[in-house]
Amino acid sequence: MIRLMVNGQSYDVDVEPDTPLLWAIRENVGLTGTKYGCGIAQCGACTVDIDGTAVRSCSLPASEAAGKKITTIEGLAQNGKLHPVQQAWLDLDIPQCGYCQSGMIMAVAGLLKDNPKPTDADIDAALTNICRCGTYQRVRAGIHAAAAKA
Amino acid sequence: MNYMPKIDRRSFLVSSAAAGLAVGMRLPFGDEAAAQTALPPEVNAWVVVKPDDTVIIRIARVDMGQGTLTGLAQLVAEELECDWSKVTWEYPSPGRNVARNRIWQNYQTAGSQGIRQSQQYVREGGAAARMMLIQAAANDWKVPAGECVAANSVITHKPSGRTTTFGKVADAAGKLDVPKNPPLKDAKDWKIAGKPLKRLDTPDKINGKQVYAIDTKLPGMLNAAIKLSPVIGGKVKSFDAAKVESMKGVKKVVQVGDYGAAVVADTWWHAKTALEALPIVWDDGGNGNVSSETIAARLKEGLDADEAYVGNKQGDAKGALASAAKKVEAVYAYPYQNHAPMEPMNTTALWTADGCQVWAPTQNAEAALAVAAAAAELPVGKCDVNRMHLGGGFGRRASSHDFVEQAVLIAKQLPGTPVKLIWSREEDMTHGRYHPITQCKLTGGFDAQGNLTALHMRLSGQSIVASLLPQLLKDGMDPFVFQGLNPSGAEGVFGYEIPNLLIDHAMRNTHITPGFWRGVNNNQNAIYLECFMDELAQAAGQDPLEFRRKLMANHPKHLGVLNAVAEKVGWGKPAEGGRFRGLAQHMGYGSYVAAAAEVSVDPKGQLKIHRIVAATNCGNAVNPQQIEAQIQGSFVYGLSALLYQECTVKNGKIEQENFDSYNVMRIDEMPLVETIIMPSGDFWGGVGEPTIFVAAPAVLNAIYAATGKRIRSFPLSKHDLKSA
Ligand code: FES
Ligand code: FES
Repeated sequence: MIRLMVNGQSYDVDVEPDTPLLWAIRENVGLTGTKYGCGIAQCGACTVDIDGTAVRSCSLPASEAAGKKITTIEGLAQNGKLHPVQQAWLDLDIPQCGYCQSGMIMAVAGLLKDNPKPTDADIDAALTNICRCGTYQRVRAGIHAAAAKA
Repeated sequence: MNYMPKIDRRSFLVSSAAAGLAVGMRLPFGDEAAAQTALPPEVNAWVVVKPDDTVIIRIARVDMGQGTLTGLAQLVAEELECDWSKVTWEYPSPGRNVARNRIWQNYQTAGSQGIRQSQQYVREGGAAARMMLIQAAANDWKVPAGECVAANSVITHKPSGRTTTFGKVADAAGKLDVPKNPPLKDAKDWKIAGKPLKRLDTPDKINGKQVYAIDTKLPGMLNAAIKLSPVIGGKVKSFDAAKVESMKGVKKVVQVGDYGAAVVADTWWHAKTALEALPIVWDDGGNGNVSSETIAARLKEGLDADEAYVGNKQGDAKGALASAAKKVEAVYAYPYQNHAPMEPMNTTALWTADGCQVWAPTQNAEAALAVAAAAAELPVGKCDVNRMHLGGGFGRRASSHDFVEQAVLIAKQLPGTPVKLIWSREEDMTHGRYHPITQCKLTGGFDAQGNLTALHMRLSGQSIVASLLPQLLKDGMDPFVFQGLNPSGAEGVFGYEIPNLLIDHAMRNTHITPGFWRGVNNNQNAIYLECFMDELAQAAGQDPLEFRRKLMANHPKHLGVLNAVAEKVGWGKPAEGGRFRGLAQHMGYGSYVAAAAEVSVDPKGQLKIHRIVAATNCGNAVNPQQIEAQIQGSFVYGLSALLYQECTVKNGKIEQENFDSYNVMRIDEMPLVETIIMPSGDFWGGVGEPTIFVAAPAVLNAIYAATGKRIRSFPLSKHDLKSA
């Protein structure tokens, strides 16, 4: 049993210690907003926040997240109010298929926490999530919009 | 587009007689179906209005990110005259379509046809529903319908000023006959269609609520991981189930057809872990010696083969080339590429002896239904497909429903238990329906005055249709290899007038399964032709734009988009900051597209694509902001392919297994895309794919301008762009 604290709730999950956090969240906790894209830390679809840092959950053993504060896309909005990144994503109609966007939004939220007003160069250096639909141009605009509001 | 996977209409007609049974069919988890029948009665097949005035628009085609859902809803809502803020949507299942004699017609969503091939009948559906709602109100008021109008979901009797809303008369409207051939609005009067409205499906995509097929959850559901023959087309010889059966969570180890093995477990992670430990012996089916080199050699032979299928012919190209004053020749090659949508292939299936339900991400739910029924060995009328949201498609989920077949074959071995099959990314990468591999030899001839008098374009390589839809071959010829090179037709007209022209195809197929990959054969055809046009312009000592213009006088729409990008990019004036420019134009899927790219290449050979101006004439523009998103997105897809993507073959297997060896462009490489949408209003063209055609050739021509290097094989990552 591993105790995971996800979005302010605690879950005792029966997984082996080396089960990737991604699959513990999707299958044991039951929150499917966090996505599987590659399983090898390449695409970022599985990004969650752990103790304030954006982490690719497919490549982190669940045991290492035990007891830490995990936030998934489902827990990003606070008290019914969208996170500024979510709001910008809505305003600019950024998602296409949307499959990468949970991870993209979590990665951007993490980026803005470290760097509230990133330049284009900062964005280029920090954001390596894959979007096969190719939403990058709007993602960039969305980051600037969210930064301007925050 | 004509290459829709053909579902056997006959089997549908036969089974639709029995489809009444399907409605009453009891499945353990039929709650969803029950919920649907609890909806208020429809006005007609396309429109349901609830008492609270919510409008549910039925969408037969599928949204895989390209915005079709919103665009189609806009077209229906425009004619319906409803309040857009009250619009929501529903995907009718293919089983319901079968049961109702295909009232929603074609479900296929590929070839950028979602809107262009259904706009007429969906708009008529909206218009008919409006007429029925007005008639119902008029009947109630005992006034002539002609005295009533509808706007914003409100019906007004003009003489009396009396009003009612759609929701109040929807029940009565649904009992009226559906009018035939209702008149449609002129696009210039559009208020909802043609406007840059927000997508209907965004809110759930920013908070994790959107349920994709891979997120399907059913009571009692198990999860399956699958391994398919590493050599495509090979078979399972044997596997040692006993080795893994006692591993944690494992419920069953099953063979899938003759080509795969799967582990079914409580969680997918357990299934995958056990599958990796499962010893499997494979039969390579005789293709274990095939490699990229052997395939390339076979295609190379086709470049000079005597026999080839002719796709476009004017005059006598071979004769004119033999007597040309000057000849230019080049050979290009285009590799295999994987679609790699972000959501890997998956399907959930529930099989009993009485019926089979699947939950699938499909670009063609009717084809998925046909595949599911065949695998289930049950009549179509006893099966149905729940149309789940797609995490990308790009043609993969239209080319083949192999993943649906596999899920059903697995579920059939656990009757009554729903099983969700998920492919790992590694399975997805190595068992794709790949962008077909081709080579092309181009030979151009000039007369003594420097006029281009002849062009021979010999394509050699794989036919998608021969593999997937052999019934569409014409006397052995695959007409689709000539996309964008045809003498006429919506599937792409060759845009140049050359007195002696020959475009032919030596078909050379391989065991690597090809598929329709966003843009399909237009991708390589546009590179071959548009890069070679630049080579010809250079040989003639002419500006690439001027050279093209002279050959395009008879193709004003092709020329229109080319001129538009040239003007906007500032062609003719030097670019600033060490940048160089390239152009390309092409026509396909009914639309005319052009691009102008600006790139720089530093002394170390580092390429930067700074800016691309893109123009599209798609005839009618249903949602300009979504068209803009499609243009940007298609450039990412096309440029990722150009920069990085090649699936190579060794010992009969695809070598690339994940995004570490099959790279994708990230945000740092995204050029600024400037979009020109210039619909001429006289036709309906696609928007999901066409602009992808011109991304690569425009960039390649700009790279030549910057470096003097002609890149003729791909991806670019194989080449050194360093200055000599
Ligand atoms: S699934 Fe974790 S990075 Fe791709
Ligand atoms: S929106 Fe589809 S992968 Fe990013």
